[in-house]
Amino acid sequence: MFALGLTGLLVRRNLMLMLMSIEVMLNAAGLAFVVAGARWMQPDGQIMFIFILSSAAAEVAVGLALVLQLYHHHKSLDADAISEMRG
Amino acid sequence: MHVLFYIAAAVAIFATLMMLTRLNAVHALLYLIVSLLAVAIVFFTIGAPFMAALEVIIYAGAIMVLFVFVVMLLNLGKRQVAQEKAWQRPGMWPGPVILAIILIVEVAFLVGRPGGAAVGTQAIGPKQVGIALFGPYLIGVELASFLLLGALVGAYHLGVRKQEKLEKRNDKHTHESGAAAGGDFVRAGADRPAGTP
Repeated sequence: MFALGLTGLLVRRNLMLMLMSIEVMLNAAGLAFVVAGARWMQPDGQIMFIFILSSAAAEVAVGLALVLQLYHHHKSLDADAISEMRG
Repeated sequence: MHVLFYIAAAVAIFATLMMLTRLNAVHALLYLIVSLLAVAIVFFTIGAPFMAALEVIIYAGAIMVLFVFVVMLLNLGKRQVAQEKAWQRPGMWPGPVILAIILIVEVAFLVGRPGGAAVGTQAIGPKQVGIALFGPYLIGVELASFLLLGALVGAYHLGVRKQEKLEKRNDKHTHESGAAAGGDFVRAGADRPAGTP
């Protein structure tokens, strides 16, 4: 699933789809933590998943605010259109 | 139990694949929600029921609602009508519905089962998680709260500055247009030279 999310991040050029792919990647990392925690019967994996969850919530709030800003500036969600930071 | 785990994992991977290949953002969101619910079932089957609840509540509830809200905000203007027509076309909804029905059947089976335990191992309940979370991981909890507060302030800042700028620009625009208009009947001819008829 992590590979799927990474592929999505690299392939798609829509900013919304890229954010969703980041969500998939974070979710896959959390899934790996929880599975490892279940394998060794420790609650630490689930605690790491809680931390990943909170960081994902923070990331998606800031990311979606940025997407709104970029859409108002460029009238497009194409990641290739926003290349003005190129040096 | 193993069968349920593998079915849920297969549903998760298939829904993620379908999400990546959708062209429409809302269709991709539907498949992403199904994928998150399938991951929640996986959590439940491997013995982490508290994580399953958190996954459904926070991921599939809060974060996906945020995504839907932003999609709704972004779809402004004339394009929206054509998009709405395209959304209401039949043929899109059976995919997520079938996957969700598979998940519902799994949930019903799990709930009807007497000892809802794990695959091979034993379940780690919310009590153990809470004891460990507020014991050795207390610093992490505080850091997570700081991170969330920072994200809240940052998102508010990013969201509100644009509106101020837009307001100022519109203000200037109306001022200029009001000054340059001069086409009303009250002031008609007021700018002509005095001697001309």
